[in-house]
Amino acid sequence: MLILQQLISGLMIGGIYVMVAVAFTLTIGMLNFLNFTIPALFMLSGMVAWGLTTVGVHWALALLGGVATATFASLIVERFTYRYMRVRYGDATEHALPLVSSLGFLIIFEHLVLVILGSDPQRFPTPFTSADFHLGKLIIGIPQLVSLVLALAIVWGLSIMLKRTRVGRALRSIAENPDAATLMGVSVNYIVPIVFVITGLMAGIAGMLFTLNYADINAYMGDNVAAKAIAGMVIGGLGNIWGAIAGGLIVGLTEVMAIHFFGADIVKIPIWGLLLLILLVRPSGLFGHTAIGKGKF
Amino acid sequence: MSGYWTGIVAILCFNIVVAYSVFLPAAAGQLNLGAAGFVAIGAYTSGYLSTDVGLAMWLTIPIAALATGAVAFLISFPMLRTRGVYMVLATLAFAEIVQGIYINLEIFGAAAGYPVAAFAELDIIAPITILVILFVVFLMATRFGLSMRAVHDDERVASLFGVNTRMTKVAAFTLGGVIAGIGGAIWAHQFNYVEIQHFNILLSTFVLLYVLIGGTQTPYGPLVGAVFFTLLPEFLRVSNEWRFVIFGVIIVLMMVVRPEGLVTRTLVERFYGLFWRRGRTAVADR
Repeated sequence: MLILQQLISGLMIGGIYVMVAVAFTLTIGMLNFLNFTIPALFMLSGMVAWGLTTVGVHWALALLGGVATATFASLIVERFTYRYMRVRYGDATEHALPLVSSLGFLIIFEHLVLVILGSDPQRFPTPFTSADFHLGKLIIGIPQLVSLVLALAIVWGLSIMLKRTRVGRALRSIAENPDAATLMGVSVNYIVPIVFVITGLMAGIAGMLFTLNYADINAYMGDNVAAKAIAGMVIGGLGNIWGAIAGGLIVGLTEVMAIHFFGADIVKIPIWGLLLLILLVRPSGLFGHTAIGKGKF
Repeated sequence: MSGYWTGIVAILCFNIVVAYSVFLPAAAGQLNLGAAGFVAIGAYTSGYLSTDVGLAMWLTIPIAALATGAVAFLISFPMLRTRGVYMVLATLAFAEIVQGIYINLEIFGAAAGYPVAAFAELDIIAPITILVILFVVFLMATRFGLSMRAVHDDERVASLFGVNTRMTKVAAFTLGGVIAGIGGAIWAHQFNYVEIQHFNILLSTFVLLYVLIGGTQTPYGPLVGAVFFTLLPEFLRVSNEWRFVIFGVIIVLMMVVRPEGLVTRTLVERFYGLFWRRGRTAVADR
């Protein structure tokens, strides 16, 4: 029974990892860009929401404000990394440049939050403290369950959007070949920001759900989650959305199980070991190569 | 020199050495985001040899360097199967695993840290740093340095021209490991205490940024990058957080304005040309 309870909490935290992993995998698959600002966007969402509640904003509005801030920050990142490189070199994916700029933005965002909101761990005044749902002896947090369902629904909607809609087709054509997409009449400069809006929304909503469920927030809260999400992305194969979903859940389960059986200190080794092993042995991920992009690596 | 500046110079030496350890693979086209892992191995090895075995420092530092180089050599073969983003992630994973292992090893004090017996003053650290710089400058001027540059620019063409690309990459990665081991030993003997928490992803990130902002085209890039980013905060009289914000802004602006790094091949050639031309005109006047 205890194991089953652990399984459930693994799936719950896995839902958060899934959203962040999808944000990572989307930018890699579409733009061949490992976007290190995602942990900062995740953190911005939670910390800005907390900052807004301290000045008396209602918690729901504050959370929306956090997500909006993350999305806006993501657009700023697009302006100074991807778009600039593309205008200047004709191809933004060639070098490590966007990766380095995104590390720069990660440092900027984290330390701006430290300057403005302080470095102390805070507690978000979450309205759901004891909304549990008992199934026999199992305890299921209702907000956590809603989060998991919401996370999966958003990712499902995203994959439908990519497959069916006009914008989705344009996005996939850019992933295939930006130059050919331009020749076919896709306006790259209007479509690429959409990827960053989606990234910002995904990371922001994940940050919001994390803040609502666990309430413990600080300026570095994104780093840990992003590390797990990267592991999930690699397990699923870079650029593969459904792989990222499975990978995120696998990482959540592995983490909870490793903590349960071996203690919290050792949790790094199984997760990163799994990641390294998959990178070396099967770089396309566990589920074969069905990436959105053409796999430019 | 006051104690304050001694401390800064020691940190500077450490940053320069570790920057060169990341530079060598980068010069051959590999991004290493796992410097902290290698540094940790070097630091713990020299610390163990100094405290538990009781070896003198002139032995601990070379042995730590060789041990780290051996680890780098062994993992370079699987590591070099990956490229680009995959390589960044694989090296990052390696560093995290090293951290995860050391934090659980009781003989190295686990999370509490490990004391180191021998203390290295600046008159030991600074010459080592200068030797490392001279070594890399020399290495880049040799045939091997040329093949590293060739592999960096275009691996396929380099191998067509008879460069053994695999050997070049493995050697660059291994030498990077050796230098990282020296860096770790410097840290251990300077601070007399090794804590795994210092060798985290932030260290790897910053060192990689020193190298990329300094420029990977010439062996002077990492030196300039490390000196610039170590000394800049000392002259900025603002709070620690604002220093990091400024650091981040500089990185973003650098990538926009001068993405090839501060020091480029053309810049170095122009700098040399300044002296050459003066010499020639003197001859012509005569």
